[in-house]
Amino acid sequence: MHTFYHFGRYFMLLHRTFRKPEKWKVFFRQLFRELENLGLNSIGIVLIISFFIGAVLAIQTAYNMENPLLPNYLIGLMVRDTMLLEFSSTIVALILAGKAGSSICSEIGTMRISEQIDAIEIMGVNSASYLILPKVVAAVLFFPLLSILSMFVGIFGGWITIIIKGLTTSAEYIAGLHYSVQFYYIGYSLIKMAVFAFVIASVPAYHGYYVNGGSLEVGKASTRSVVYSSILVLMFNLILTQLLL
Amino acid sequence: MIEVKHLSKYFGDRVVLNDISTVFERGKTNLVIGQSGSGKTVLLKCIVGLLEVEQGEILYDQVVFNQLPFQEQKDIRKQIGMLFQGSALFDSMTVEKNVMFPLDMFTRLTLAEKRERVNFCLKRVNLERVNRLYPAEISGGMKKRVAIARAIALNPSYLFCDEPNSGLDPQTSIVIDELIKEITEEYNITTIINTHDMGSVASIGEKIVFISNGRLEWTGTSHDIIQSGNKLLDDFIFASPFTRKVKDTFLGK
Repeated sequence: MHTFYHFGRYFMLLHRTFRKPEKWKVFFRQLFRELENLGLNSIGIVLIISFFIGAVLAIQTAYNMENPLLPNYLIGLMVRDTMLLEFSSTIVALILAGKAGSSICSEIGTMRISEQIDAIEIMGVNSASYLILPKVVAAVLFFPLLSILSMFVGIFGGWITIIIKGLTTSAEYIAGLHYSVQFYYIGYSLIKMAVFAFVIASVPAYHGYYVNGGSLEVGKASTRSVVYSSILVLMFNLILTQLLL
Repeated sequence: MIEVKHLSKYFGDRVVLNDISTVFERGKTNLVIGQSGSGKTVLLKCIVGLLEVEQGEILYDQVVFNQLPFQEQKDIRKQIGMLFQGSALFDSMTVEKNVMFPLDMFTRLTLAEKRERVNFCLKRVNLERVNRLYPAEISGGMKKRVAIARAIALNPSYLFCDEPNSGLDPQTSIVIDELIKEITEEYNITTIINTHDMGSVASIGEKIVFISNGRLEWTGTSHDIIQSGNKLLDDFIFASPFTRKVKDTFLGK
């Protein structure tokens, strides 16, 4: 019953969130702020993690290719497909659930316990729309771009590694990248990331919006929101993979 | 004028407000007093619509507020200014942006006009050269004043103050009380103040409503309060040894 209660309240909050903003000018100002907070400020971590994962993927693939019948271009192919299909969307989404999700929850939660949300409501402003809608829109717009960035940087990380370690030649790695290219994989990854972005922004916002108590509860809600949004990301990953591939 | 008729509020099985009826008059500072947990804040939140009421009516100038559709409630809310216990200023915005917030949301003024209004409101609460500071960079008393400036930015018809003196020293409390009283009279607004500060009761209490355990126990003015004859009220206002001593000395046991 408790789960249904939360589901109901979550969808009611979404219903309030997706109402027409009080003023479009204010909405766009908030949106640009969130694009910076949630998007631009996440570029660094996505770059670093993607580069190293690409590098590790290249080393691990080379390590497992002892059979001389297996062509070396498989390293490039492996890095490309792993980055496109899974890492740049799902793993990056899990990282963003931790970084952006906890930030969203604690920001809104702190506003709740310090009565800032009440102050917004009393002025006659729809606080859900004012606070949550720009975050959700910013995440859905920007996170797929982070996904594309992650693909490029991961593949680049693999390329640098094979050159430094001499695992194979640059030409073979690039041949692997060109082998049987499925552009649909990019579309699949971007669709997944857009759905994940919605989850990553809306679930922590829900937890923050309805937090009760003091700063300790905000911390607990933040942790809970990261756990729930991570589980939902993995669940949607399975559902979307089943539907789209 | 705000009128409350037979207002009741429950949290689960617990009765928090029990059949409260009273009138808060325009142009006067109406004080709601009572112990912590007596239901003052719940009453205020019910009146402004932050909490739904189970029974009763809340009338804003004869309009039944709690039965209005959302959009019409919103129109009344635009006429409400509220000062919260913790000021509730937006941490991420400067003082200027905080006061400008309602103007941004509900007016079509140019930036220069909004700035002019912000400066006027800040000057009205005796604050100058704080526009670029963040709430974390100003004192508790200044935060309250900024919150008042934000509350009056749209020329409200109703002003609500929840424990405006909490966390302030006695001198700053007097300044805030006087400011609220001046603004109430100057703009002829209906002001409701939740407090348990007896200093406020004595200095600005034009109409006083005493609540105990969710029930309205006494209504009157600051002149009548000393000799109300209500035991609960006496226990509340003469709770400290100092006030008891004063009472015994001047009014006799």
